[in-house]
Amino acid sequence: MLIPSTSADQAGAPIIAGRGIVKAFGQGSARVNVLHEIDIDIFAGQMTFLIGESGSGKTTLISILSAILTADDGAVRVLDQDISRSPVARLARFRREGVGFVFQQFNLLPVLTAVENASVPLLAAGLPRRLAEARALILMDRLGIRDQANKRPNQLSGGQQQRVAIARALVHEPRIIICDEPTASLDAQSGRAVMELLRDIAVQPDRAVIVVTHDARTYRYADRIIRLEDGRITSDGREAPREID
Amino acid sequence: MLRIALKMLIGDPVKYLGLVFGVAFATLLIAQQTSIFVGILTSTGAEVRVVEEATLWVMDPSVVTIASNRPVRDTMLARVRGVEGVAWAVPLLRGGAAIRLSDGRQFGANISGLDDATLIGAPRAMLLGSVDNLRDPDAVIIDADGYGRLFPGQPKRLGAEVQINDRRAVVRGIARTNPSFSGGIALYARYSTALGFLNTGRTQLSFILAREAPGYSVAGVAEEIGRSTGLKAQSRADFAKANRDDVIQNTGIPISIGSTNVLAVIVGIAIVGLTFTIFVAENLKQFGALKAIGVSNLQLVSMVLTQAALVGLLGYAIGLGVAGWFFLFAAANIPSFQGFFLPWEVAALAALVVVFIITTAALVAMRRVLVIDPAVVFRG
Repeated sequence: MLIPSTSADQAGAPIIAGRGIVKAFGQGSARVNVLHEIDIDIFAGQMTFLIGESGSGKTTLISILSAILTADDGAVRVLDQDISRSPVARLARFRREGVGFVFQQFNLLPVLTAVENASVPLLAAGLPRRLAEARALILMDRLGIRDQANKRPNQLSGGQQQRVAIARALVHEPRIIICDEPTASLDAQSGRAVMELLRDIAVQPDRAVIVVTHDARTYRYADRIIRLEDGRITSDGREAPREID
Repeated sequence: MLRIALKMLIGDPVKYLGLVFGVAFATLLIAQQTSIFVGILTSTGAEVRVVEEATLWVMDPSVVTIASNRPVRDTMLARVRGVEGVAWAVPLLRGGAAIRLSDGRQFGANISGLDDATLIGAPRAMLLGSVDNLRDPDAVIIDADGYGRLFPGQPKRLGAEVQINDRRAVVRGIARTNPSFSGGIALYARYSTALGFLNTGRTQLSFILAREAPGYSVAGVAEEIGRSTGLKAQSRADFAKANRDDVIQNTGIPISIGSTNVLAVIVGIAIVGLTFTIFVAENLKQFGALKAIGVSNLQLVSMVLTQAALVGLLGYAIGLGVAGWFFLFAAANIPSFQGFFLPWEVAALAALVVVFIITTAALVAMRRVLVIDPAVVFRG
C-alpha cells in the first residue's frame, strides 16, 4: 500500500518525544509489563497510526503520550514540556490546552446537545458559554453537522456523533489529536467519512494526529504507521506491514 | 462546567427526584418533630409564664409542676404576705373537674380559681366578654378551643350554661390561651367560685402568687419565704423551667422525638448517599471523559458539589415548606396545635443537618470521581 509522503515533516523537531518508556500494571506475581523501553517521536503535520493486536500496548502508549498516564520509567517530552513527572493538576491543564481526543465510544455527554458537547473543552478552559458555542458551531459547520447542533447524542447517527466528537477534539485548537479506534463503532461509509474529515481538517502543519486502530481499511489515510507487538515497536514506516495490509 | 453538572443531574429525573425527595423527607421530619418538641416544651411552662404580674410562685414543698395537686392551707397566704420583702400575695386554686352539658356529654377541664379582688392570673387575650365578667355569679371564662369542643359548629356567644361537678356555671368570657401540656379545657373563675366547682375544702389553695417589694430581689424573697413558712418559693422563670424539665426527665417525649430525628438523618443519608453514589457511578465514564479532556479535579469537585447543593437546596426548601404548611394548617384547624410553629432555630438546625447529609453523600461520591482513571475512556 502506498502512503502519502510527508517525510519532509520528519526533518523538524518532534512534537512528542518519548525515550525508554516503560509501563507495567499490577504487583508481584500479577505484574504485567505492558511497554518495554519504547522510543518514539511523533511529528506535526502527520497522521501517525499506531497498530497492533489487542494487548500490544497501543492504548497504554497513547495514554502516556497524551498525559493521561505517567510512565514508570523513561522520559516523555510533549510540546517541549517534560510530562514524565508532572503533577496531576499540571497534566490536566496540559491535556485541556494541548490535546484533543476522539474516542471509540464517542463519550459524548448524553444530556448535552451536540454544540454543547463540542464546546466542553472551551468551557473547561473558562471561556464564556456563548463564545465557546459560537466557536464550536464554526467547526461543526466545517464538519457538516451544524444543522444537528441542537440535537442530543441519542438523536444522532454514529457517524454524526463521531463528528461531534471530532469537533470537541478540535475546538480548542490543540497541537495533538489522539484518536482511539475512531471508526470501530461505525459502518464502512461513516468510517471513511470520519477518516477523510480527520485527514482534511485535523491534520495541520503544527498539529500531530495519532490514530490507534485495528481497521486495516483506514491505513491508506496514514502518513506513518507504527506497529506494536508485546509492548515493543516492531515496525515504523510509511507503509503498513505486509502481513496486516 | 457547573451548568453541565446541573444538566447531568436534571437529565436523570428519577435519581434527581429521588435525591430531592430524600432531602425533603429528612428536612420535613426533623423540622416537624423538633418544632413539636419545642412547642411541647414551650407549652409546659406557658401557664406559669403568662402570669406576668407574679414573680414568685409559692407552693407545698412536694410540688414539682403546675399540674401537681398538693394543696396548701389558706392560712399560709397571710403568712406569706407577712414575710419581709413581699409586696403582695394572692391565692391561686387549680384542679380538675368534669363539665357536663345539658345533652349529657362530659368533658374534662382544668379550673383556675383566681383571687377574687385582683383576678391575677386571668387570660389576657379575650375574644368575647371581659375579665371583669368573672365577678358575676357562677361566671367562668373558657378558652376558645374548649368552647369549640363543647359547642362544635356553634358561633361563640356569652351566656351558655354548663354543669361543673354538678354546679351551674355560666360562660361570661371566651379567651385565646396557649394550650397546656396536660390538655383539657381551660376554665377561669374567681377563687371563691372555683372552690365550689372543685369541691375542695374551703380552706385550701394550690399556689400563692406573689411579688417582691421594691428594693428586694426575687431570689432573696423566695429564700425568705421558704425559711419563714416552710413552703417552697420559686421565681416565675425557675418554676416554668421546673415544669419543662419535668417533661424532659419524666416523659418519653425527648427520646421519642430524638430517635425520630436520628432516624430522619440516617434515612436521609441512606437515601441521598446511595442515590447520589449510584448517580455518580452511572456517570463515571462521563466524568472520566471530562477528566481525560482536561477537566481538573477541582472542577470535577465543584461539579459534584454543585449537584449536591442543588439537591440540598431544593429538598430543604420543599421539606421546610411542607413542615411550615403543616404548622399553619395544624394551628388553624387542630386545637391542640394552637401556639405551635416552626421556629427559625429549628429551620437553621434542619439546614445544618441537610448540609451534613449532602456533604456526606457528596464526599462519598466525590471520592469515586477523584480516583477514576481517565484512561477508562479508552476502554471500549
